[in-house]
Amino acid sequence: MTTPAAIAIGCSAGGVDALMTLLGALDARLRQSVLVCCHRSDAMDILGDVLGRMSVLPVIEAVERQPVQAGVVHLAPSGYHLLVESDLHFALSADPRVNYSRPSIDVLFCSAAEVWRQALIGVILTGANADGAAGLQRIRELGGVAIVQSPTDAEATAMPQAALDMAGADYCLPLPDIAPLLNRLCLGSL
Amino acid sequence: MDAPELDSIEMELFVQALQKRHGHDFTQYAPASLKRRVHLLVDQLECKTITGLTERMLHEPAMLPRVLEGLTVPMSDMFRDPAMFLALREQVFPLLASYPQINIWQAGCAHGQEVYSLAILLEEAGLYERTQIFATDLSDRALQRASEGIYPAQEAQQWSRNYQAAGGRRSLADYCSAGYKLLKLNQRLRRNVTFAVHNLATDGVFCEAHLILCRNVLIYFSNTLQNRALSLFRDSLVRAGFLCLGVRENIDRSPIAQAFVPFSEPQRIYRLASHLDDIAE
Repeated sequence: MTTPAAIAIGCSAGGVDALMTLLGALDARLRQSVLVCCHRSDAMDILGDVLGRMSVLPVIEAVERQPVQAGVVHLAPSGYHLLVESDLHFALSADPRVNYSRPSIDVLFCSAAEVWRQALIGVILTGANADGAAGLQRIRELGGVAIVQSPTDAEATAMPQAALDMAGADYCLPLPDIAPLLNRLCLGSL
Repeated sequence: MDAPELDSIEMELFVQALQKRHGHDFTQYAPASLKRRVHLLVDQLECKTITGLTERMLHEPAMLPRVLEGLTVPMSDMFRDPAMFLALREQVFPLLASYPQINIWQAGCAHGQEVYSLAILLEEAGLYERTQIFATDLSDRALQRASEGIYPAQEAQQWSRNYQAAGGRRSLADYCSAGYKLLKLNQRLRRNVTFAVHNLATDGVFCEAHLILCRNVLIYFSNTLQNRALSLFRDSLVRAGFLCLGVRENIDRSPIAQAFVPFSEPQRIYRLASHLDDIAE
């Protein structure tokens, strides 16, 4: 299997708690770039700080035109879609909401899928709408790996269920098992 | 050959066709968003592929305005980022007030939500009578919509909250008439607005401005084109003139960014640097 270069994570309702659990259990040796799209109100500007306190890897807000960094968690800013250019720099878009959401997980996942193809892992966590399902499907089409939190384990079932219905998944697991799986996929048998 | 590679070839041909057939240059647009917008157009116009869209654009003259609108216009809100408008009202307008005549250039005005937001702020600051707003866009259709000032009424509540947060002194309802589904901005608000076609990728300086707003437009440009647009703004601004960009824009990659100093960094309000010293005297 191709060594993953990036991990893209999407969530909405209940997503902050889930992200704290997941990012808190990643291996500090990971050199993958992590991209996170979490639906939230514009007022939730402190998300980066909140996640930064729990995360093993540094958390920063993605800045347009800046390079995607290895071993860093990049957070999609509120009010904009986050995309990745093929030269591995970030781009922002103020285009209309997708699935009532901006940032939209579908937009991030589709763009990341085209850049990293089979070297991308897509993760869908708890969430209250169907955003991310089409993006996860695109990731699988281009050879990437799809991980979905078990809907029965998720605080809000709609998002993981929609992802499973549309895209299916290579792994469908409860939240506590997802970080160990990512560590294993990214670090191999280290 | 897999689908994304084929996609890239079709994109390249589409951009080339648009340029050769109609003279519109999108070669310096940032690829990820451009591709996304082209795919949205392919879906909306029920073409099967990008090549299908290219064919219609080449052979059906009526398609061009539709394509240009699809490639350029993001939806905006009135008083999007209220804190930026509050900063304009409280910090920038008092400085503009010293000019007998104020010229404002809204570059890439799209459907005009920010033009009307600006006009309302100026009205409330007592500056509108001596202000001329030039609202430009490369899309005719966008300008047409902007001059009409008609928007979906479902936006009204959010816009009204934005207006209050931007320091609005009255009620947004005072400036528009609302129907069941649509709201129409009071046409008096555009009495000092001139709508004109202007393309930041190819056109030159056309006015001398005290304030330029170009929010969330340059994010769709490559670094090279961003730099071109910023040069144009530098050359259009009066001494110590103001430039407002979108609140998440980054101009660090543009050499010309040195010509601007931050006035309010979080709100991405800049001031032309070269003559600041003279002003301070």
